[in-house]
Amino acid sequence: MKWATRRHCHVDRAACAWLIRRFVDPAPTFVFVDDPDEVPADATPFDMQGVELGHHDGDCSFEAFLRRYELHDPILWEIGKIIHEADLADELYDAPEAPGLDVLLRGLSLTHDDDELLMLSAPLFDGLYEFKKRALLLGREPS
Amino acid sequence: MAEKRASWVLLAYRLPREPSTPRSGLWRKLRRLGAAQLLDGLAALPLDARNREQFEWLADEVVEAGGDATIWVGELSSAAQERELAARMAEAVAVDYLAVVADASAVRDEPPVHRRRTLARLRRELRRIKGRDYFPPPERELAQQAVDELATAVEESVP
Repeated sequence: MKWATRRHCHVDRAACAWLIRRFVDPAPTFVFVDDPDEVPADATPFDMQGVELGHHDGDCSFEAFLRRYELHDPILWEIGKIIHEADLADELYDAPEAPGLDVLLRGLSLTHDDDELLMLSAPLFDGLYEFKKRALLLGREPS
Repeated sequence: MAEKRASWVLLAYRLPREPSTPRSGLWRKLRRLGAAQLLDGLAALPLDARNREQFEWLADEVVEAGGDATIWVGELSSAAQERELAARMAEAVAVDYLAVVADASAVRDEPPVHRRRTLARLRRELRRIKGRDYFPPPERELAQQAVDELATAVEESVP
């Protein structure tokens, strides 16, 4: 499937792209645009103004994906809180990881283009998922 | 020679009077971003990708709440008015920085456990204020110093 989002990805779009590849569409292609009008007809837009997979009711786009694709995995919702705080910093959730994750992704966006950013950040989100999974199973953070 | 003008991103919006929840939610978010309220229904931020994106999301929220909103990019035609606007925004954050200075000095003689808790809170608060500070006033340095001094005092009180 083809997916479209705004150019110059930061944390929410990078996390959405990871979520798409791991949980929604195993063979995605991503298109980056400057304006909603440039979204190709056969692409699903996300994290853009006026689209279903965007910000709604105070939620970030990652949370919109979890709802839209009915991803009930509690670990993904845990990660959703981190992405929410990294993107919106509205202090709705206690997510001490968020400011660090935001800075790491912003830094990567300065030194790499969007395709590279998605490629480089995916293992980071894989690791975050594994960490949160073990934390949930152990009842404490893994060493 | 003409001074180079800064670019601004503007959010023009109209929200129904009732319910008032979206209205106060929007007000809180504009304040967190450090936006200047130019008129009722017109807010401005210095133009960059992040601010523009934040305004786009707010515009969506306004529309979802039954209002309408448009995003504009522009510049002030007068340099004096631009300086005035920047000064007004700097004043708003200066007040917040001074509150940090006051809170830091208020706990100077408190027990270490109180000072430590206040330090953590003020560090967070300082980070928040810096996030909405586009025209840093001198008070920023004062607030940073006050927090640094409190941090030193807390460190020294560790047995």
